[in-house]
Amino acid sequence: MSTTIAPAVGSGLRRVEGHEKLTGTARYAYEHHPQGELAYAVMVQSTIARGEVTAVNTEHAVAMAGVRAVIWAGNAPRLAEDTEGELAVLQSPRVAYRGQVVAIVIADSLEMAQRAAQRLEIEQAAETHDVVLREDHPGLYKPDKVNPTYPADTERGEFDAAWSEAEVTVDEVYRTPAEHNHPMEPHASVAAWREDGIILYDSNQGSFMAAQTLAKAFGFETEQVQVIAHHVGGGFGAKGTPRPPQIAAVMASQAVRRPVKLATTRQQMFALTGYRTPTIQRLRLGASPDGRLRAVAHDVYEQSSTVQEFAEQTALATRKMYDCVNTRTAHRLVRLDVPTPSWMRAPGECPGMFALESAIDELAIALGMDPIELRIANEPERDPESGLAFSSRNLVACLREGARRFGWAQRDPRPGLRRDGRWLSGTGVAASTYPARRRPSVATARVRDDRRFSVAIAAADIGTGARTVLTQIAADTLGVAPDRVVMEIGDSQFGQAMLAGGSMGTASWGSAVQAACARLRERIGDGTPEPGTEVRYDTAEDVEADAALSRHSFGAQFIKVRVDADSGEVHVARALGVFAAGRILNPLTARSQFIGGMTMGIGMALHEESLLDPQFGDYVNHDLAGYHIPSCADIEDIEAVWVDEHDERVNPLGAKGIGEIGIVGTAAAVASAVHHATGVRVRELPIVPPRLIALGPIL
Amino acid sequence: MSVDTRTSLLDLLREQLDLHGAKKGCDHGQCGACTILIDGQRANACLALAVAHDGAALTTVEGLADGDELSPLQQAFLDHDAFQCGYCTPGQLCSATAVLAELRQGWPSAVTPPGGEVQPTAEEIRERMSGNLCRCGAYANIVPAITEASS
Repeated sequence: MSTTIAPAVGSGLRRVEGHEKLTGTARYAYEHHPQGELAYAVMVQSTIARGEVTAVNTEHAVAMAGVRAVIWAGNAPRLAEDTEGELAVLQSPRVAYRGQVVAIVIADSLEMAQRAAQRLEIEQAAETHDVVLREDHPGLYKPDKVNPTYPADTERGEFDAAWSEAEVTVDEVYRTPAEHNHPMEPHASVAAWREDGIILYDSNQGSFMAAQTLAKAFGFETEQVQVIAHHVGGGFGAKGTPRPPQIAAVMASQAVRRPVKLATTRQQMFALTGYRTPTIQRLRLGASPDGRLRAVAHDVYEQSSTVQEFAEQTALATRKMYDCVNTRTAHRLVRLDVPTPSWMRAPGECPGMFALESAIDELAIALGMDPIELRIANEPERDPESGLAFSSRNLVACLREGARRFGWAQRDPRPGLRRDGRWLSGTGVAASTYPARRRPSVATARVRDDRRFSVAIAAADIGTGARTVLTQIAADTLGVAPDRVVMEIGDSQFGQAMLAGGSMGTASWGSAVQAACARLRERIGDGTPEPGTEVRYDTAEDVEADAALSRHSFGAQFIKVRVDADSGEVHVARALGVFAAGRILNPLTARSQFIGGMTMGIGMALHEESLLDPQFGDYVNHDLAGYHIPSCADIEDIEAVWVDEHDERVNPLGAKGIGEIGIVGTAAAVASAVHHATGVRVRELPIVPPRLIALGPIL
Repeated sequence: MSVDTRTSLLDLLREQLDLHGAKKGCDHGQCGACTILIDGQRANACLALAVAHDGAALTTVEGLADGDELSPLQQAFLDHDAFQCGYCTPGQLCSATAVLAELRQGWPSAVTPPGGEVQPTAEEIRERMSGNLCRCGAYANIVPAITEASS
């Protein structure tokens, strides 16, 4: 094999599936047609927020042209007894939230199924519901852990004593609304149930884990269930684990003994596919006049459903971010008659850092100190929570580099000074962080008949560029050009693998791909690659043996806004993110990940809010006309850069995940920039004109 | 062919003609993922009933490339990494193809009022492309890709 090929890692290799995606030939889940006559399924949802389904008139619906079956709690196939929470679709007549699946209509065409679903007669007995999160809700409790296994409460030092003695303090409450992930491809599945197993073409972030979950629910072994997700139209956490639609699709196929297509509608996604919990966060920061933090407390109030507990780890970053001896964090949860919240891009860090970083900005103002210098003054040498060394931590470098690029030195900190006609402008900064973990995965490298190399792993490319960077890693390890590698992903039959979540994909899959390819290359040696030669590698033991270190990415976000002084309309005129995320494997796709996260962060700051109507328990703005995400016109000047970070200890690739850090801190930087522009501090997101005007007067 | 009177152009393409390039993102004309060209003009295929377009010339993303050769716009999208998950991309490409024609023909917009001189500026492209949502946040790459293809 040649050893003179230029390294692929570090190059801006174009997306390897780019041609397919640009010509419309890439097949997403719903676009697969398995053998057999297809049927179409439509989910019908509850119109009460709490109560019971007492009857469904299936006879009337089944009499309609083309309708094959109507299933509900009264006649649905039984799932395994231990199927719990949101996965127990139609296993009980109880209604736990508005929008829950209460029936599935299956027909010969989509139009027939939709029509029958619209006309389905469902009797529901409503009970009084409770859907509003409050910090004084009597149902608040301390969860055993927060997502996934962190303690709900922590305390080091003595907060109370330090707080009472602190000379400069900030004590404020910050609020973030329910937000929905809304990948552009709604959840969709094509299910083929057979006596001996299931084939599911699916839109998900982890096919192997989906196969495990579905096998358990439907009484099969994992190997009997094949989940295929070659192309996935975004996820952002909403497709991390199977949700009710996947169960519904398989169940529908089981009921009619045909392959069934089921697409979740955009409206249904508001109830059925998870969302970010609203949060209420009290931040107390106490400092000495030199800016050293003496007391930090972060108290979080958030919600879950009555169906299952999901406890967002909102105060997690506060435990590690700054050097303060006396730090206390607490999470309190209340179970409401609402859909179950779940992961949304940077769960925990994203809402938590809005509050912490806003409070840090407020503290800087109270101290009369520059907010960058305040952060640097509280930079820890070791992880303040665990006492472990950081594998690398370059927050200060990010802040300094961002300040240089943004011209921060010229900034006059006084608010409301910069006015051009109706427009006020201001700038703000915030820090970002996200864990850099990895999980066990299995990869297989093989010599193909055409003497190219096939590398298979049950990874998911939800738009991250995973297929491309894994190709680059494989090519370099094998010592060949990327076009000699055929990267196969998105199939549960490739074996156990981490899902695309927690910014762990590249580190988890990449180290498995690297190890499998290295051993295949060893086996081939100087000889000719023999077709069929194959190496399978499982990183489970390697991951277990990883040294105890605190592994995190860091970043700094700089925002310039302009605010219409009359209407309160806010535009982000410039966004700059500077990140320290280890080795950047592909600068082209990495930059896209960073700016994509920042763009969603701008949405969080200015647009996104799922408005729950307390009377009916429903999201009233439940479509993309009502739930606003950034459009092309909202993104003017956005740039992401990174500082060199050589971290040999984080994992064998030296790379840290980058899918989530881009959204962390963006909203705080926007809110601080709005304050700098107007003198008005907005502590409740999103910063929409009525909210800003109500807090006025704008200067 | 004969179609159900309720069938949208989008469902006809995807479910009956095996042309799945146009995507269903919302089915309500709010996201633009289903954008195709109907007689050369961009439209949301999810809002068009198939029976109302008998005889129309439809161009989907499948029809933009010349065989294996990407159109200049598609190539610019590849080079600028103007897509991530790829699900909004067919709509972005069809929409941008029409935008380039609208710019050449001097169509007005919220940026350039009727009678004004239409230039392919970033502001103009952002405005004209705002009917096509991208949740991955590729706008910052889509605009330079279209700018490059416009020259």
